[in-house]
Amino acid sequence: MIDDGSALRSDRLMAPVARRVVGGLAVVTLVALVVVGLFVAPPDALQGDAQRLMYLHVPAAWLAYLAFGVTAVCSALYLWGRTRSLVWDRIAGASAELGVVFTGLTLLLGSLWGRPIWGVWWAWDARLVTTAVLFFLYLGYLALRRIPAALDVRAKRCGVAALIAFVDVPIVHFSVTWWRTLHQEATVFNPDLDVQIEGTMALALWLGVLSFTLLYVYLLDLRYRLEVLDEDRDERDLEAAIAERAHGAVPSAGTVGVGS
Amino acid sequence: MSLLREAALIAGKDLRIEARARVVGQQVVPFGLIVLLLFAFALDPDRGVLTRVAPGLFWVTVLLAVLLGVSRAFALEADNGARDALRMSGLDGSSIFLGKAGALAVELLAFEALLTLGVVVLFDVRLASLPPLILASAAATVGLAAAGTLYGVLAAGIRARETLVPMLLLPVVAPVLLGATRAWEASIDGVPGDAWPWVGLLVIFATLFVGIGMLAFGPLLEES
Repeated sequence: MIDDGSALRSDRLMAPVARRVVGGLAVVTLVALVVVGLFVAPPDALQGDAQRLMYLHVPAAWLAYLAFGVTAVCSALYLWGRTRSLVWDRIAGASAELGVVFTGLTLLLGSLWGRPIWGVWWAWDARLVTTAVLFFLYLGYLALRRIPAALDVRAKRCGVAALIAFVDVPIVHFSVTWWRTLHQEATVFNPDLDVQIEGTMALALWLGVLSFTLLYVYLLDLRYRLEVLDEDRDERDLEAAIAERAHGAVPSAGTVGVGS
Repeated sequence: MSLLREAALIAGKDLRIEARARVVGQQVVPFGLIVLLLFAFALDPDRGVLTRVAPGLFWVTVLLAVLLGVSRAFALEADNGARDALRMSGLDGSSIFLGKAGALAVELLAFEALLTLGVVVLFDVRLASLPPLILASAAATVGLAAAGTLYGVLAAGIRARETLVPMLLLPVVAPVLLGATRAWEASIDGVPGDAWPWVGLLVIFATLFVGIGMLAFGPLLEES
């Protein structure tokens, strides 16, 4: 087991039972979302069935923000000396991965929704551009995480990168909003989204947010567990390689895979 | 030694090496001019497109040069254990950061001056009001140099750094490209009033990244 010398040393976030319960609830709420979103909620007066994409698009966007927020907080907790623990680094990494998936999903679903409603796959709206930059910022973060290094070195590097990304997002958003508002008066977003929303539509939207959040918690725990197992395996490989060298078991030195 | 004296020492070292090796002069500046030529090939120069989009092309070229400059700034210390020497020199991390970012900013400013000449001559751009243009360029350059130096040290010990730095740095400096381009457009169009808000944004960006760099550079240098 990896010992990072802190009190907060855990190889899992939740008890297996808790994870199973969360996973089960995620499945139940997802099924409910499918039923309510596709069959119970009426089609939108203006947009027809295409509007149903909102029940996935909005929760995905919310989850992306939640995931990146968690990454930022955990990175800060790692970098701050007193709370330094690899637990935070693992959560940060796992959450960023999910965040990138959900951001990608948000962009993809938004594009699919935009095509029939706006007539284009992509519009240079401030929110869209910011989301795209966000996607690439954290894609870079994940690339950085993939670089082999000692765990504490990687954690420090990635922690700084995550915080830079987090600080940069408001600037990106601000500058892009400014840029777009100088060029066009109103955004292309349909204002009718903000007007009253029918009861079952609201229900579908809330089911979407709930099910996606449960899914996020479930996947976060799963990803965390995977990370721990990964670290364990690397450590075992390293020990095996050292033992092999020490005993001279392999005369033809060859290459000793130390996970590079 | 004070922070600034230490920074001047590091900047002096980097610039002296640069003055002798002449990599920026002999490779990065010609590279920038080639990019300007390529833009002219890509966008028909006869239709006035180049003149209209010149600010954007200028700053995209500068961003590309920043990538080269950052990789160069950290290649200086890659050999002969120079990075270990720097770590053990007893100099403060924030002053090393200021020094390296300062040297990079000076190189970039020289590059931009020559590139401006290129844009004026090749793209037929007339610089109507200079003060906002110069201030925007200065603030943008400080921001780019600070962010570049920060990511440079982050990736210093990594084998894949040549591909990693562009991926990490370019999205982060997207606001600089946006702000500097708009400020230039306003200056060229002769409406400096439109440029000042963007100059403000660039100053905020620069201040923020100089601050983060001064805090984070030392710990990152230890690990690289």
